[in-house]
Amino acid sequence: MKQSIEALLRHSGVSPWAANARLADRHLPTGFPALDEKLPGGGWPMGAVTEILTGSQGIGELQLIIWALAQLSREGRWLVWVAPPHIPYAPALTGYGVDLSRVLVVQGRTDAEQRWAAEQALRSNACGAVLQWSSSMNTRALRRLQLAAEHGRAWAVVFLSPRAAHHASPAGLRLHLAPTREGLEVKVLKCQGQAWRGAVLIGGGDARP
Amino acid sequence: MSAPAIAARQLWLGVYLPHFPLETLSRGGALPGPVVVVDDRRSRAHVVTASEAARIEGVQAGMALSSALTLIPSLQVLKRDEIGEGAALDGLAAWAGQFTSLVSLMVGQGLLLEVKGSVRLFRGIDSLLEQVRNGLQALGYTARMAIAPSPLGAWWLAQLNTQPRIVMILDRAALAKQLDPVPLELMALPKTAAAMAQGMGLKCFGDCCRLPRQGLARRLGTELVRLLDRALDRYPDPRIPYSPPPVFERCLPLPALVWDMEGLVFAARRLLLELVGFLQARAAGVLCLDITLMHGNAKYTGIALELSVATRDLHHLLDLLRMRLERVRLPGAVDAVRCTARHIVPLDAPPPGAALFRAIETPKERDYLLVERLRVRLGAGAVQGLCTVADHRPERAWRYAALEKPKPSFVSPLPRPLWLLEQPRMLKQMNERLQIGGALELTAGPERIESGWWDGEGVARDYFVARNPDGTRLWIFRERDHPQRWFLHGLFA
Repeated sequence: MKQSIEALLRHSGVSPWAANARLADRHLPTGFPALDEKLPGGGWPMGAVTEILTGSQGIGELQLIIWALAQLSREGRWLVWVAPPHIPYAPALTGYGVDLSRVLVVQGRTDAEQRWAAEQALRSNACGAVLQWSSSMNTRALRRLQLAAEHGRAWAVVFLSPRAAHHASPAGLRLHLAPTREGLEVKVLKCQGQAWRGAVLIGGGDARP
Repeated sequence: MSAPAIAARQLWLGVYLPHFPLETLSRGGALPGPVVVVDDRRSRAHVVTASEAARIEGVQAGMALSSALTLIPSLQVLKRDEIGEGAALDGLAAWAGQFTSLVSLMVGQGLLLEVKGSVRLFRGIDSLLEQVRNGLQALGYTARMAIAPSPLGAWWLAQLNTQPRIVMILDRAALAKQLDPVPLELMALPKTAAAMAQGMGLKCFGDCCRLPRQGLARRLGTELVRLLDRALDRYPDPRIPYSPPPVFERCLPLPALVWDMEGLVFAARRLLLELVGFLQARAAGVLCLDITLMHGNAKYTGIALELSVATRDLHHLLDLLRMRLERVRLPGAVDAVRCTARHIVPLDAPPPGAALFRAIETPKERDYLLVERLRVRLGAGAVQGLCTVADHRPERAWRYAALEKPKPSFVSPLPRPLWLLEQPRMLKQMNERLQIGGALELTAGPERIESGWWDGEGVARDYFVARNPDGTRLWIFRERDHPQRWFLHGLFA
């Protein structure tokens, strides 16, 4: 028995020392039970790209992921915000339970620098999540992100415009967000390992999970 | 795996550097052809050291330069730099401080290390010697080494040793036999005594020991008898320990002009290895490091490496340097590389030999590895943390923060948006309704924020949560002095 475990460790490429070994293939609860139910593994897929397609900002797109971000920050992993469109507001982040000492805001002068930074962060094995905003990201760039996320077992979140839905995606998960009177409608456009497509309505705009 | 018992009181490692004058000039790069170092202060320039390629062709130390040039017309000739040698030996001694606290200089030729106390720390004498040998090789030095219970014994045996293998005499009883063949020239006797000894037909250490002590003392002086006793560990032979300066500043000349990255990294690696040894010796890490590339004519390119946490990890430092070098445009070829540690701080010491476990970085190290990589490429200001500030004014309730220390956080009991706008944006109004992508509807508020009158940047505002037809939720305010002016300040993303 002992032998077989050792053999497994040797061949799986998983270092028994690495604290993040347990993060491999992990799914992090979203904080919204209705959504968790629909996602394979019961939450956000770590070590993969999640694409979030939104038409406008301020509809609750960060609240959708903030519970998971807070969780990752409390595990002592970096949350890297690459070139955010506005200031991530510290008082609100702490309000959601995010450990601010784990937040990194990275500015790149060009798209290339931003992509480089995101990839470095994902690969570093020190990040919980890396957030990016982009109007256009081609399949090749997304594939690179996906590889980096797998390598560093981190969660890559990319906010894109709804037009991105026309392109094929290597991402593990692709969601489309639309605000409604009743709350945020989260439509699953693609989800690896699951055929289900459909929409979930989550809490009112100001609901704290 | 039981280590041999060491009976001796002290154990000295003699590190003799047979090609030191050449290597101090050439170890910054690769010199393929035959090379010699010459001393031209005397009327006839003579060869001090010859490279292996030159020795194969028959060039030897002590030979006149003209004869050497006859043997190899294409011979490359370097001028001896004794000041540089002195600095290089100091640097090497500081590096060797990681192995023992007692390092003694043998000027111009090598080092003596007292290693008895270090044997256990390095998990056995073999492992210790292995690390010294590999370390010297990585620095670019050829060494001949011997271990003996007396410093003189270790030094002489190291000089006699022609093999890379280390001569090991761990026992005083075996010392006399081993020292027997040491020639008189190596023993560095005073001139008159040396001449007299030669006249008596003495050729080696053993010859001296076989004569009656009293007679020897009478004819060649008590000094000689003392020397024999010291070499045989029968009389104390204290050595002055080298104490390195608290700063690290080393310059490595390059034997040929270098343009390319790999050449620069090669030289920098040797300097950084010295730095790492220096830091290891004082259980310290470096926070701030200057690498200066010299172009001759007092021109240079400076590269400052600023680290978030102190380190003495060679791979990490090299990695950062490489990234910086990729982005530097050199104004000319480089003829020397200088390395200055500007800020050295104490660091908890990992056990010696920790290099074996390099793959396991502590989470903290891994964290800052990322931050440094990003900073090196994007600039220090491009990577920031966040913190809250105890201020009621929304634009002052946060700021960018240094990453090193966690700050206390403040939580507001009232709703705060996840996005804050860089600057409040004035809202349009149409038919007395606020407009952003349609008419706004107020869903919460007002929250009165009135603060800051004392610093001249006071605010007096009423904040509301609003919602537009798209479903976007906005944080807006109205100035109390101008109730008709509305501004957008944040987004409930």
